[in-house]
Amino acid sequence: MKDFIIPDRDFGTPAAKSKQMVTLNIDGFDVTVPEGTSIMRAAAEIGISVPKLCATDSVDAFGSCRLCLVEIEGRNGTPASCTTPVAPGLKVHTQNSKLKQLRRGVMELYISDHPLDCLTCSANGDCELQDMAGAVGLRDVRYEAIETHFKPKNNSGIANPNYIPRDDSNPYFSYDPQKCIVCSRCVRACEEVQGTFALTIEGRGFDSRVSFGMKSDNALASDCVSCGACVQACPTATLQEKSVIEIGTPERSVITTCAYCGVGCSFKAEMRGDELVRMVPYKHGKANRGHSCVKGRFAYGYASHKDRILNPMIRDSINDPWQEVSWAEAMEFAANRMKGIIAKHGRHSVGVITSSRCTNEETYLVQKLTRGVFMNNNTDTCARVCHSPTGYGLGQTFGTSAGTQDFDSVEETDVVIVIGANPTDGHPVFASRLKKRLRKGAKLIVVDPRRTDMVDSPHIRAAHHLALTPGTNVAVVTALAHVIVTEGLFNEAFIRERCDWDEFQDYAESVSQPQHSPEAVQMLTGVKAEEVRAAARLYAMGGNGAIYYGLGVTEHSQGSTTVIGIANLAMLTGNIGRPGVGVNPLRGQNNVQGSCDMGSFPHELPGYRHVKNDNVREIFESLWGVKIDNEPGLRIPNMLDAAVEGTFKGLYCQGEDILQSDPDTKHVSAGLAAMDCVIVHDLFLNETANYAHVFFPGSTFLEKEGTFTNAERRINRVRKVMAPRNGYADWEVTQMFAQAMGANWAYTHPSQIMDEIALTTPSFAGVNYAMLEEKGSVQWPCNEKVPDGTPLMHVEGFVRGKGKFINTEYVATDERTGPRFPLLLTTGRILSQYNVGAQTRRTENVVWHDQDVLEIHPHDADNRGIKDGAFVRLASRSGETTLRAKVSDRVNPGVVYTTFHHPDTQANVITTDYSDWATNCPEYKVTAVQVSPSNGPSEWQEEYSAMASRSRRIAAAE
Amino acid sequence: MSHDGPHAKLIYMANQIAKFMESKPHAEGVAGLSSHINDFWEPRMRRHLFEVLDAGGQGLRPLVLDAAPSIRRPAEAA
Ligand code: SF4
Ligand code: SF4
Ligand code: SF4
Ligand code: FES
Repeated sequence: MKDFIIPDRDFGTPAAKSKQMVTLNIDGFDVTVPEGTSIMRAAAEIGISVPKLCATDSVDAFGSCRLCLVEIEGRNGTPASCTTPVAPGLKVHTQNSKLKQLRRGVMELYISDHPLDCLTCSANGDCELQDMAGAVGLRDVRYEAIETHFKPKNNSGIANPNYIPRDDSNPYFSYDPQKCIVCSRCVRACEEVQGTFALTIEGRGFDSRVSFGMKSDNALASDCVSCGACVQACPTATLQEKSVIEIGTPERSVITTCAYCGVGCSFKAEMRGDELVRMVPYKHGKANRGHSCVKGRFAYGYASHKDRILNPMIRDSINDPWQEVSWAEAMEFAANRMKGIIAKHGRHSVGVITSSRCTNEETYLVQKLTRGVFMNNNTDTCARVCHSPTGYGLGQTFGTSAGTQDFDSVEETDVVIVIGANPTDGHPVFASRLKKRLRKGAKLIVVDPRRTDMVDSPHIRAAHHLALTPGTNVAVVTALAHVIVTEGLFNEAFIRERCDWDEFQDYAESVSQPQHSPEAVQMLTGVKAEEVRAAARLYAMGGNGAIYYGLGVTEHSQGSTTVIGIANLAMLTGNIGRPGVGVNPLRGQNNVQGSCDMGSFPHELPGYRHVKNDNVREIFESLWGVKIDNEPGLRIPNMLDAAVEGTFKGLYCQGEDILQSDPDTKHVSAGLAAMDCVIVHDLFLNETANYAHVFFPGSTFLEKEGTFTNAERRINRVRKVMAPRNGYADWEVTQMFAQAMGANWAYTHPSQIMDEIALTTPSFAGVNYAMLEEKGSVQWPCNEKVPDGTPLMHVEGFVRGKGKFINTEYVATDERTGPRFPLLLTTGRILSQYNVGAQTRRTENVVWHDQDVLEIHPHDADNRGIKDGAFVRLASRSGETTLRAKVSDRVNPGVVYTTFHHPDTQANVITTDYSDWATNCPEYKVTAVQVSPSNGPSEWQEEYSAMASRSRRIAAAE
Repeated sequence: MSHDGPHAKLIYMANQIAKFMESKPHAEGVAGLSSHINDFWEPRMRRHLFEVLDAGGQGLRPLVLDAAPSIRRPAEAA
């Protein structure tokens, strides 16, 4: 009955890390394990499962249930095997008549205070209490408890004060205290695995209860972030997924990868038939090690949301309602239009946008479509708007466009700098792993205009928070380097060995100039010079130093310069090329890394090789039988400019919503409106689709085979758990379209696409589906030289040879505050929502974030007569919008902050068209604005929403 | 940025690159700027840039002018 699914083996306590091995004897068998291992785990290693309730291997042992007792020869009593460490030569017995009797007694007590409704219980078949009752041979319960926690009324009909009704406030799981055995696994999971400390055990003895913080709090109102770690840890039905309550237990599972963020957590999709019952983070997933966040675990409901479009649609003009048509008709219509445009305006008048949400294989095909079928290099991806400076900056300095470490590396870090990233919201599972390390003593430096949760949260406090003025990253990073160089804290041996010494001297001379000192820039950056000096010393001298950064670094007019500055810091201090150090971009979307790797940018073919290189083009030309342009193609902003100019007419846009994600919404809409054929390939009628002529319905990650590459360069498999509801996986749709355009593609499985990638791209040469099946995942580069992949980059030397120091001069953005727009707006994201929110808005996650709000400092709010919760008008020189204010001292005076998850907010109506000098990554993080009281939506919002609902009409079938 | 003139945005972008390259030794800056534009600017943008340069390069920072000879002129419209 309980073999419905092969569960991951639970060893009872976490693995010990010691290199010292210890041999002991358990039930007559010798076993050798690392020092510090519990007897319970040692027994489990040789297949002996000691009965247990309060122990599980995701959290440290606690020793409260007393079910796991054993006898040790020569020692008194019956110690708990979960809390007793092994010792050389021990002789342990896990089963004898005394232990049996003791265990039955323990179980009897538990069961006497537990409702016996096993048959109708949602955990039936998946309950450890039930299993243990069986395991210890409990056959009867000799006494009836007078006082219980589970009877609503006592025997004389009086309400039982110990009975607490079920808490259903969280949309995804319920908490039913009557079934709780107070094993505290949930509390420990919340502390140790997630690091939120939302749960506590209140009271003592019989009165002790699990509680979400304060007495009055329910699960939803508490600090709980709904990661589900407690639910997973709970051995009973007390904390249980609502989907299991509704559907029943799963019967099979498929291992796949989360499609939300760049952490790339591995999951077991647990199924009953083709219904998804629940997502459980996969214990052997190397990015997440059995943990997840609310999005990956729970927010998959969008896949079956009623808004999802399942049939292809076409229309002549964007003012017409949509017409549902067959796939064949849609392909013919789209191909005819595109061919017509090419015939009339030339092959450079069309292009594609690849998606950071789709698989590597799908992205590869989309860029192949433009390079090999449209015959131009007009391909770009939304990574442009987030991490293109990473590619440029790390490429210039180190020689690869990717992070240097794996996530495991954080476990060996001593000093962490987090710059312009909000990992608890943006990269939650990484944040949990980071916090775990911080609680063990690593030091933290946060560089962010806003007081993020990393700065100050339960059991975590940043040693330094450099709360800089938005737009001054380069000044701060260069000042850190100034201190390291002028105070002689740099690692000369490393620099001499790994970098060009002459280049370093030039750099050192430039960075030592007094205008780069913390004192000189303090007026500009708003950060006290002593703080900068202290932070620099800590990073340089504190042991293994690692830098993690996010969009707060890249989305600036000097984004690439800051990335270069960060790389300089790591080289200066020798923090590159071993565990615990490195430079790590925290990627936004699930496959940003992959979409960049796969040649989505207009100037480079897969594997970051420039189109100007004849030998690289040659590889693809001979395979595809075409001639590839040797000139870079159009980037997204260029496509839009060219469209307005009248030279760019047709676009195939897969899985991106450029109207919502790209800056300066009005410019984007003007560009789209000027095109003759916009093909949108997506799950929903997104904002861009308002300007589309063809809509190809997309498939979700649950419905296709493929791979995603996460922020650690890890190639993870995505596996199909159900048939595509729209009929075809996205790669099939792109292929059908290419065929309609005349291509002779004939892939029958994404593994063939990966084989082509491996054939053409040296860093993927060793990758294929069979090896991913065997190894689970692999980090590129993976080829003959490194058949197992590359967890750490630049170990022996930099990929480009010598590491390159490059001067970073602070250039103020031209986006400045002035009398009309005196405040600086910076943007960010929130845990429960994902990027433009197209998926998460279509799940229950909206209970945590039903609208975007504007954070404003009490001082600025007071000046303007703005009350917490009031509607305010937010205006920049680009446009204006309205949203609600939240008065908060998380931001400094002069700075306001918002998220951009909801289309009604149209935050990008506000942002300007300033962009990074090297990559044109838009400057989302700094906009001069004014905020004033308002009483409702702006004109643009109203116009836009009328226009949007007009253009989403679908004609009734005749 | 100011939106006067058809190529204002382009001039702005070229100058932005120049400002970064100006922090390098002159020769390296010139080489860096021209190869950056050659590598990343598609022919249409470079064509526009040459329209500005051929008309005297007004509004462009000196480094852009210095780098101009090594910027690749795009082939005539394909
Ligand atoms: S869901 Fe996560 S945050 Fe919430 S109580 Fe459970 S472990 Fe803690
Ligand atoms: S809720 Fe579950 S995990 Fe938490 S103490 Fe109760 S039984 Fe244990
Ligand atoms: S959203 Fe990111 S952190 Fe959350 S489960 Fe998915 S991959 Fe993991
Ligand atoms: S499992 Fe060891 S005391 Fe509970």
